[in-house]
Amino acid sequence: MTSDAAAPPHQRAGVPVPRETPARRLSVLLSRAPRVRLGLLLTAPLFWLGLVYIAALAALLVTAFWTVDSFTGTVSIEWNLDNIVTVLTGAVYQAVTLRTVGVAILVTIIDIVIALPIAFYMAKVASPRMQRVLVILVLMPLWASYLVKAYAWRSVLSEGGLIDWMVTPFGGNTPGYGLHATVITLAYLWLPYVIMPIYAGLERVPDSLLEASGDLGAKTWRTLRSVVLPLLWPAIIAGSIFSFSLSLGDYITVNIVGGASQMLGNLVYTNVGAANNLPLAAAIALIPIAIMIVYLGLVRRTGALENL
Amino acid sequence: MRLSRPARITLGALTIAVLIVVYVPLFVVLVNSFSTSQSLVWPPPGFTLEWWGTAFQNRGALSALWTSVQVASLATVISLVLGTLVAIALQRHSFFGRQSVSLLVILPIALPGIVTGIALNNAFRTILGLQLGFFTIVVAHATFCIVTVFNNVQARLRRTGTNLEEASADLGAGLWTTFRLVTFPQLRSALFAGGLLAFALSFDEIIVTTFTAGVGTTTLPIWIFQNLFRPNQAPVVNVIAVVLVVVSLVPIYIAQRIAGAERVPK
Repeated sequence: MTSDAAAPPHQRAGVPVPRETPARRLSVLLSRAPRVRLGLLLTAPLFWLGLVYIAALAALLVTAFWTVDSFTGTVSIEWNLDNIVTVLTGAVYQAVTLRTVGVAILVTIIDIVIALPIAFYMAKVASPRMQRVLVILVLMPLWASYLVKAYAWRSVLSEGGLIDWMVTPFGGNTPGYGLHATVITLAYLWLPYVIMPIYAGLERVPDSLLEASGDLGAKTWRTLRSVVLPLLWPAIIAGSIFSFSLSLGDYITVNIVGGASQMLGNLVYTNVGAANNLPLAAAIALIPIAIMIVYLGLVRRTGALENL
Repeated sequence: MRLSRPARITLGALTIAVLIVVYVPLFVVLVNSFSTSQSLVWPPPGFTLEWWGTAFQNRGALSALWTSVQVASLATVISLVLGTLVAIALQRHSFFGRQSVSLLVILPIALPGIVTGIALNNAFRTILGLQLGFFTIVVAHATFCIVTVFNNVQARLRRTGTNLEEASADLGAGLWTTFRLVTFPQLRSALFAGGLLAFALSFDEIIVTTFTAGVGTTTLPIWIFQNLFRPNQAPVVNVIAVVLVVVSLVPIYIAQRIAGAERVPK
């Protein structure tokens, strides 16, 4: 083996001599030039993401500075800050932005609080067999249509619906539709997206660390706080990116269970459709973009983006 | 850390309680699909199989279902290719701007759907002058599906390391042979899991879809949204939802089996 390993490939025993085909030569060339290899790997994806997505985002940004001709209803290229000023100073936009961010934060907190114990049970307490069953149980609702689930909550919360039926004997009433119904439904919809990264994060925490912490005298809470939580932080943030971002842009759930409440998504939607004011819609859409960029920037260093 | 018995039981009970809350609305959908009432009355006044009969003859629903399957399949194939390429590039090479590329992949899903939707709508219509339709939906869906494949493949590549690939190269295999015989078999289940998620994501997407579908193309979620508030169609929607959940059991089960079989014993 010693002399064999030092010999060039075609003299080693048992390794057939590669034929000198053009494909072979290309392969040799590529393995000597990692930069070229990297370039070939990245060309298609970057082309796609750059051309389709970044260009579209940039165009959106530019559109926000244009106006709609109030007479013909077409977008005209007339550079001004009107839309941005409208969005930043308009009382409606400020109120709706605050409401939307509030809903998104509340939904995220509810989801994390619910997801933590469940993910912990799945990853650290349940038997392997049980674990598999639980993962399926958590993932399966994702396949039921988003709309149907929102609609299911509409029916659960409706007058004469399930909750009404359950609480009426005790003199209660269904909470009905509104902002609270929106929060409940959104938290329900995004829960699996929060559980899964946290569960995956907990799976990566070795049991030996927990045992070591216990052996060193730490009580359960102390172990959770000083060992588990710091390791789990990126996974929690990864989950929060989903629930926060998904809530921030939602306009359909609020249509179904929100009563008359409006969120940022509704404003964007009506301005693209009914009001036919794409530049204003673009300006409104810059609000969630700005919020998400700040958020992603803040959490980037935690390594959360690798846990999505 | 040893969890006490009461703590374990509390955690188990919490898990069961939440799962019940998760499944009650789905159960309501199931029951309503057999209900004689077309409004949302609980408990249902009577039992009927009428909706199950009409659902399978509903042309609109069936053609929307077929459109969704096509869109999701194409978007999944595109995202499998692109996601794997980026994942290999980022995991096997280090270069300037690596962080930015990874952020770029995540961005379409990290930004709210309405942003992606309106940005693509604007780009397709105003900038490129395209007619919205089937292919604009596929492009939009593939864009945000890349990340699911990317994540799965990247995690797998990180775990498997480069030893086997190097051994293969030392034994004289070319790049393609190494990929075909060494890297790809290691990635297979990650690709399946990522592809499955991409398919599910695309299949259920409504927000980006509304902005990129135009008037002529109806995916299943768009059809559902159009019919949700129509009294004589809503029960059919319930039937479709039940069928989807039941059908979804198959791929989830397979994915779990593969993941379970490959798991390294702790």
